[in-house]
Amino acid sequence: MTSEIILQAIVTGLMMGLIYALIAAGLSLIFGLMEIVNFAHGEHLMLSMFSSFWLWSLFGLDPLFSIPITILLLAFCGILTHYFLIRYILRAKMLIQICATFGLSIFIRSIAQLLWTPDFRNVDKPLLEGRIEVGSVFIGQPQLFASLVCLLAFIGLYLFVTKTETGLALQATAQDRHAAEVLGIPSNKMFAIGWAIGLGCVGVAGGMMANYFFIFTDVGINFALFAFVAVALGGFGSIIGCLYAGVIIGLVESLGGLLIDPSFKLLYVFVIYLLVVIYKPQGLFGRY
Amino acid sequence: MESKLIAAKSEPLWNTNNKVISIVCALVVLLFTLPLFGLNSFYLHLFIMIFMHAVMAQSWNVIAGFSGQISLGHGAFFGIGAYATSFFYMQYGITPWISIFFGMFISGIFAILIGIPMLRLSGHYFAIATLLIGISFQVVFQRWDLVGAASGLWVTMTPEDSWIALQFHSSKVPYYYVFLIFFLITFFVVWLLSRSKLGYRLRAVRDDPQAALSLCINVSNYKIIAYVISAMIMAPMGSLFAQYILIIDPDRVFNIEISIIVLLITVLGGIGNVWGPIIGASILIPISEYSRIYLGGTGGAVDLIFYGLILMIICIFRPNGLISFIPKDILERKKQR
Repeated sequence: MTSEIILQAIVTGLMMGLIYALIAAGLSLIFGLMEIVNFAHGEHLMLSMFSSFWLWSLFGLDPLFSIPITILLLAFCGILTHYFLIRYILRAKMLIQICATFGLSIFIRSIAQLLWTPDFRNVDKPLLEGRIEVGSVFIGQPQLFASLVCLLAFIGLYLFVTKTETGLALQATAQDRHAAEVLGIPSNKMFAIGWAIGLGCVGVAGGMMANYFFIFTDVGINFALFAFVAVALGGFGSIIGCLYAGVIIGLVESLGGLLIDPSFKLLYVFVIYLLVVIYKPQGLFGRY
Repeated sequence: MESKLIAAKSEPLWNTNNKVISIVCALVVLLFTLPLFGLNSFYLHLFIMIFMHAVMAQSWNVIAGFSGQISLGHGAFFGIGAYATSFFYMQYGITPWISIFFGMFISGIFAILIGIPMLRLSGHYFAIATLLIGISFQVVFQRWDLVGAASGLWVTMTPEDSWIALQFHSSKVPYYYVFLIFFLITFFVVWLLSRSKLGYRLRAVRDDPQAALSLCINVSNYKIIAYVISAMIMAPMGSLFAQYILIIDPDRVFNIEISIIVLLITVLGGIGNVWGPIIGASILIPISEYSRIYLGGTGGAVDLIFYGLILMIICIFRPNGLISFIPKDILERKKQR
């Protein structure tokens, strides 16, 4: 066990962590806005990867260039989700909300399985390929690019939410939707925007990952689990918390896999989750 | 707050209508005599699956419906039960009749171990944690060599039918009666539970933890009690299922689909209501078995599409489940003035 291997693991974990952070940020935004956990988040990620894949396989569009289309598709999907499902369960009990989004996740995944079979697919010869060597550490180019794009998207999301008028309106709705409505901010529209942006984040992450990740119908489950953990770790509703939490999870996953046993990655993340929610139930940066 | 208290008072089971009691008795007699009419093995299988899933859903109902904690990894206890009987029978030759209780006991212990740290979490935190637990169990059993790792356990077959080994190769009728009896016992126990002080306290914990706390109800203790009861109801079904199919592997008995279907059945039938899981199971299981026959079960996952769709539709239009179609005054005896 040399320091180079550990350094390699740290770099890998960091790059993965940035992607987890963006996926989690979408989840966190939606939760902060209407206190609904989107249990179909992983399935939405799967959809974005498939959208990238099909745009490549049917139209020959490289995942790099199809990103805007993927984002738009996912944002549209978010708006549809809001109008056909979430709108009706806003006032329901938490249990019903969990069941409804859980039902959506089963529905999307099994439809995908029926349409596209559970085969593993990947994008052949994308524009970004190969790896670069920095010192003794190998960095895959698509991975590096994906994590940088995710970081940029994350910063963009953060600036959007904290600086623009729409972002502030979103925050106002998150804090008190009735008071916001009195001030002329239509909460229903805000919720739809929140869903569009939340799933747009997933679109970025999925589209970038399509470059180097296997694409199959169950791909979202693990990412969604890590995103749930990241959201709880960072504090439900805190966007900046997701960044730290995502990176922590990425590092724990890759270092734990290196130092102990790679087949139990999920368990290490689970242990971290338990420790955090037991000792600091509001998460690292939570406001709840 | 007030409306919640009223809802707790008018719980339909406290006063059960005489007509309902007589209908239930008639149904029980019918179920006991059903195999005598010479059902073919497909219908026996259908009924066995209905009984099994009704009990599994009832187990989930105790933790989610009565005490309001949503567990998304309830399949873990099913798997523990399944592995307990098969493992003890194959390694030490202990009859499943005894190791069913081992399975219950181990599940109960795990429920306490999991429950003490996790039931302090509320709502979403608990749901996510249990989702992780369900998958962790699957991961661990897939790599645990003592219990056959990913290939699972193939229960040693007895040459002929045996009540001691709980294996029947020539007919499904004995399995039918075993499942039926467990089904009736479970429902009676949960029915008593829902009428007991414990049941009322659990519902108080669910509806308003703060108010419950102010009435000296130890909220987290009651949640743990509910979780343990729920786990101990789930485990025997795993054991019996293992005896029924005789081959178990982690992908089958720790499958996340088990955790999904118990949730689905309960929400479909009516959550927090003893009759909900029966209604849910007797509607959903035939649909799922028939769709498996006519639409093909291999990889198509057509039944899962229906599950997802039904779950969303129920959540949108009938959050109280199908039982809410039955007017309350039928289930309830008129108050005597």
